[in-house]
Amino acid sequence: METVIHTDRLTKRFGSFIAANELTFDVAKGEIFGFLGANGAGKTTAMRMLCGLLAPSSGKATIAGFDVYTQTERIKNSIGYMSQKFSLYDDLTVAENIRFYAGIYGMSGPAIRAKTTQLLEELQLQKEAKTLVRELPLGWKQKLSFSVSIVHEPEIVFLDEPTGGVDPVTRRQFWDLIYAASDKGVTVFVTTHYMDEAEYCNRVSIMVDGVIAALDSPVRLKGQFGSGSMEDVFYELARKAKRKGD
Amino acid sequence: MRQLITFIRKEFLHVFRDRKTLLMLFGLPIAQIVLFGFALSNEIKNSHIAVVDYSKDAVTTKLISKISGSPYFNIQRSLAGAEELNAAFKKGNIKMAVIFPAGFGDDLIHTGKATMQVIADASDPNQATTITNYLTNIVNDFNSDLAQDASQPMQIEPEVQMMYNPELRGAPNFVPGVMALVLMLVCTMMTSVAIVREKELGTMEILLVSPFKPIYIIISKLAPNLLISVVNLIIILVLSDIFLDLPVKGSLLLLVTGTVLFIMTSLSIGLLLSISAKTQQAAMMGSLMGMMLPTMLLTGFLFPIENMPVALQVLSNLVPSRWYFIIIKRVMLKGLGFESVWREMLILTGMCVLLFTISLRQFKIRLQ
Repeated sequence: METVIHTDRLTKRFGSFIAANELTFDVAKGEIFGFLGANGAGKTTAMRMLCGLLAPSSGKATIAGFDVYTQTERIKNSIGYMSQKFSLYDDLTVAENIRFYAGIYGMSGPAIRAKTTQLLEELQLQKEAKTLVRELPLGWKQKLSFSVSIVHEPEIVFLDEPTGGVDPVTRRQFWDLIYAASDKGVTVFVTTHYMDEAEYCNRVSIMVDGVIAALDSPVRLKGQFGSGSMEDVFYELARKAKRKGD
Repeated sequence: MRQLITFIRKEFLHVFRDRKTLLMLFGLPIAQIVLFGFALSNEIKNSHIAVVDYSKDAVTTKLISKISGSPYFNIQRSLAGAEELNAAFKKGNIKMAVIFPAGFGDDLIHTGKATMQVIADASDPNQATTITNYLTNIVNDFNSDLAQDASQPMQIEPEVQMMYNPELRGAPNFVPGVMALVLMLVCTMMTSVAIVREKELGTMEILLVSPFKPIYIIISKLAPNLLISVVNLIIILVLSDIFLDLPVKGSLLLLVTGTVLFIMTSLSIGLLLSISAKTQQAAMMGSLMGMMLPTMLLTGFLFPIENMPVALQVLSNLVPSRWYFIIIKRVMLKGLGFESVWREMLILTGMCVLLFTISLRQFKIRLQ
């Protein structure tokens, strides 16, 4: 198995507060890696370090083979990112949003046009190409947002609570897109608060108070904790937390 | 480069989609040019004036000391000849000049009548009217003093002349003011709001995760506002030429250079604001309170700076539009050249470089 994310005792301190403490894990190519934790457990900090948005305090990490300290520009070209905040431009059309995000990754004109056609087809949004994004239903926006985050065909895509506020049916459809991307070899690194989504992941890590408290496949985690659902596993771990969530 | 063009195109789309704002941005200068036609008038103290006394007799000495005793006037100097007047006016050292012709006192005593000349700088028409009225009152007062003392009637007549703006129109003063105000509004407010919107939307994070360079973000945000500002400048200049009969008297190149300097300064302030503001409302309030008010109050086009408390006068030096206002007045209305505005240009350049450097440094490459 090829490793695309590798961390070794990756730590971030803010003054005396240790937001992320000695995180060590590997993620394989094409894997769907769930990154769980209560609010304030340090998920966002960890994710920002991996995306090159935040410099680590100590420890090592490589993303797609590039070092998070020295090769952040190379990392940026190899990853996609979708945040919990909705990240398309409301006042631009569907096609304009796709063209913009493809454009800032330096794709050429013909490549952008081909990609736009392909994406619209996959999402069955051909008729809405010239519709302003603000007029789309939330579920469609979310799917479009995901497609846009991998428009430049990155090796890894980071999804920060991508399905917040979406109904279960749309969430299921959203995960179909994630699976499709994973099948093509895109590594998916996803944070979520929904435990049913945790079940969809190949492997799950659960962060408590800045450290990784558990890391395995959902099936084995459930076995290890002798519980019937990921919900119970998460609760079992999260209630030991001493830090207050934000 | 292709990335930059993509981004700039997107910024223009934002601007053109937002019709209401766009309408406001172009409607504003037009509305203001109309509105400020009814400019205010205010009391002015300590106006600097010059006196040229070709007569040097008892009467003129007495009148001059009466004038200098008034709180409204501050006799800057007594000039030897009228030739020096022009230079003093152009430098802006004096607002008014009083000239007594040779034989003034003799005329008054022998013919009972004498004429003195009063020349005022009317590029600020309110101020010119007000101070010439003050002077006329002083002279009338002096006349009645004379009438009491003398057996025969004696009358001094001031002959008032307005320089630069003989018809005393308000336009010459408020057009530069509107220019400063509109450019400040477009550049500062629109820039800060445009950047803060990305933060609010969460798209800023996406941009920072992408390989897109932060400096490109700044350039792309500035581009549409720069264009709007230039179009606004053209609208204002054309409007004032056609409807207000106020052509650009000096060098257009100099005017544009000064304007671009001012635009760059305002854009930098917008950038700085966007860094500290977390919401679009905060950015908007910041630009309104932080920039619009000082621009309105401390630039000198609504209220004369000369008449403000010292603290405000000192503070007004920090307002970029104050210097820009002087540049436009001199170049556009008086038709003066580079030698008379280089100091103001230098100050603006300094402000621009300083503010832009600070805002570039502060613009966060990494979200903390």
